[in-house]
Amino acid sequence: MIKTNNIITDTPIQISTEKETLFVSVTGSIVHFDNKNTIQKIQSNISHIKNIIFINNNLQKWDSSLLLLVFETICLAKDKKISYSIDSMPKNLQELITLAFAVNRKPNHKTSDQKDFLEEVGFKTLNITTKIKTVCKYIGEILSSIGRWLSANSVMRGTDFLSALDDCGPKAIGIVSLISFLVGLILAFVGAVQLQMFGAQIYVASLVTIGMCRIMGAIMVGIIIAGRTGSAYAATIGTMQVNEELDALQTMGLSRIDFLVLPRLLSLLIAMPILTMLADFMGMLGGAFVGVFMMDLPYQEYWKYAIDAFSLKNFLVGIFHGFCFGFIIALCGCYCGLTCGRNADSVGVATTRSVVNAIVWMIVVTGIITVICQELGI
Amino acid sequence: MTKEAIIQVNDLTIGYGDYVLLHDANFQVNKGDVFIIMGGSGCGKSSMLRVLTGLLPPKKGNVIINGTDITQASPAELQKIREQSGILYQSGALFSSMTLAENIMLPLQQYSDYSPSTIKELAHLKLALVGLNGFDDFYPSEISGGMKKRAGLARALALDPDIVYFDEPSAGLDPISSRNLDDLIIELNRSLGTTIVVVTHELASLFAIGTNSIFLDANTKTILAQGNPKELLKNPPNKEVYQFLTRGETK
Repeated sequence: MIKTNNIITDTPIQISTEKETLFVSVTGSIVHFDNKNTIQKIQSNISHIKNIIFINNNLQKWDSSLLLLVFETICLAKDKKISYSIDSMPKNLQELITLAFAVNRKPNHKTSDQKDFLEEVGFKTLNITTKIKTVCKYIGEILSSIGRWLSANSVMRGTDFLSALDDCGPKAIGIVSLISFLVGLILAFVGAVQLQMFGAQIYVASLVTIGMCRIMGAIMVGIIIAGRTGSAYAATIGTMQVNEELDALQTMGLSRIDFLVLPRLLSLLIAMPILTMLADFMGMLGGAFVGVFMMDLPYQEYWKYAIDAFSLKNFLVGIFHGFCFGFIIALCGCYCGLTCGRNADSVGVATTRSVVNAIVWMIVVTGIITVICQELGI
Repeated sequence: MTKEAIIQVNDLTIGYGDYVLLHDANFQVNKGDVFIIMGGSGCGKSSMLRVLTGLLPPKKGNVIINGTDITQASPAELQKIREQSGILYQSGALFSSMTLAENIMLPLQQYSDYSPSTIKELAHLKLALVGLNGFDDFYPSEISGGMKKRAGLARALALDPDIVYFDEPSAGLDPISSRNLDDLIIELNRSLGTTIVVVTHELASLFAIGTNSIFLDANTKTILAQGNPKELLKNPPNKEVYQFLTRGETK
């Protein structure tokens, strides 16, 4: 029988000390046992201890929680250079402990990515300059690829171009039409409430026409295509990265820009202005729906005001927006795909990034075009 | 008689960022060899392959292929080297938007002056050579993993390369498919005289096909042994190589 003082009971684990020895007695069933307090108690009792002995006091059932307790206690003992004994513990538990300490390989490099604030700022700044260089190189490669295409030296396949065009053009007609119709409808509703106060509800037609043709049509198409097509570009090319297809292209000496980016870019440059025209028309139709069926405006009169408000200048500005947005969406989608990591998670990140980047850059470019138009009096 | 080296690696150090994966590696691959790059997980086998194929620039040293140092080569020289080599990736890396024939036709269209009909026939022939006769119009998603690897091999062979690299060819294959692929590698080596570089840790495969090898070690980050895998098994130079070649047995 062991005479003990300072008995600390933490059923089914008892901790006691005798002279320079700490006894950890385990009894009954130790299943799903939270050993946090026990470890703390062992820690607070080992200042003068030279041995730790585990005692099997009719242990019946145990799981990883006991294994963890033994493991952590041994780690503590090794750290403090205290001898320990687990000889009375079940044989299989002893074997598992031996297994856990069998290989003591430390990682070769820091696994934690945590940095302090200044380090983070430094890294971010360095990353920004690297990123700017990468993006400039990427745009340069695209321009030289366009040059190769114009001089008929590109490896772009005609079928890839047609397939990309089909995907971002005809297949997007339905969603673009629906959303643009609804946007025209909302624009008319919002405008009508204000205009009705002045008895000028007929100007709903002008409001919708100018709004859709000048900017709203292009922006709506841009957002739809960024979410629908830009993200698909990032996901497709990102998956090719994961499947080593991009490596295969590179080792075959085929330009990734010619082969993957150019057909997508060209197809969007063609499809976006056409989809913008469609969105303009569908938005006007949505406005007409509200004007004619809800506000009881005469049909002919609505269209008369709409056509009067329509100007080629506004229409072309809208189309130009569409063209620029096409360039931005293709650029962002393909860039995020090409710079994607090599696991499934990275594809998701690349897809999200492509949409966010495209929308942010579309807004930035819209601001720039608006200022330029203002300066030029367009 | 000394064999002629087709790949010469001198003082090669490989790594990512500040992390060194392998340092001061020296070896040569002779013409007509089936050369195995073996070692445990994380020792840098696949990275070595990426360096040999010009996908990863080394931190130090040089890689001379057919007399050209690819670490210093101009884009045109690198292009020429790439035309002389084919690669079979772990997953096959076939372009999913193209049929098998189109996948094989792609390098032929790019680098040969053959007429479109000849290119088509050549693609058919290459598929037949790897046992995929009649699969020309199939898409990669319509065939099994083993068949994808065969189709990837057909694409790697499209330009009749001097060297074909294989990245873990047996990975994900059942034993019979794996054995068939090994037989195919031996047959290509014998009949076409192609030099073959294989990255693998499949013992059955490396003993069956390897004529020369290097053993990379993750702990020392060096090449621990060089030679014919069967010879290395008979006379292991150290316990790491012996344990690797005997699935962890200790002497």
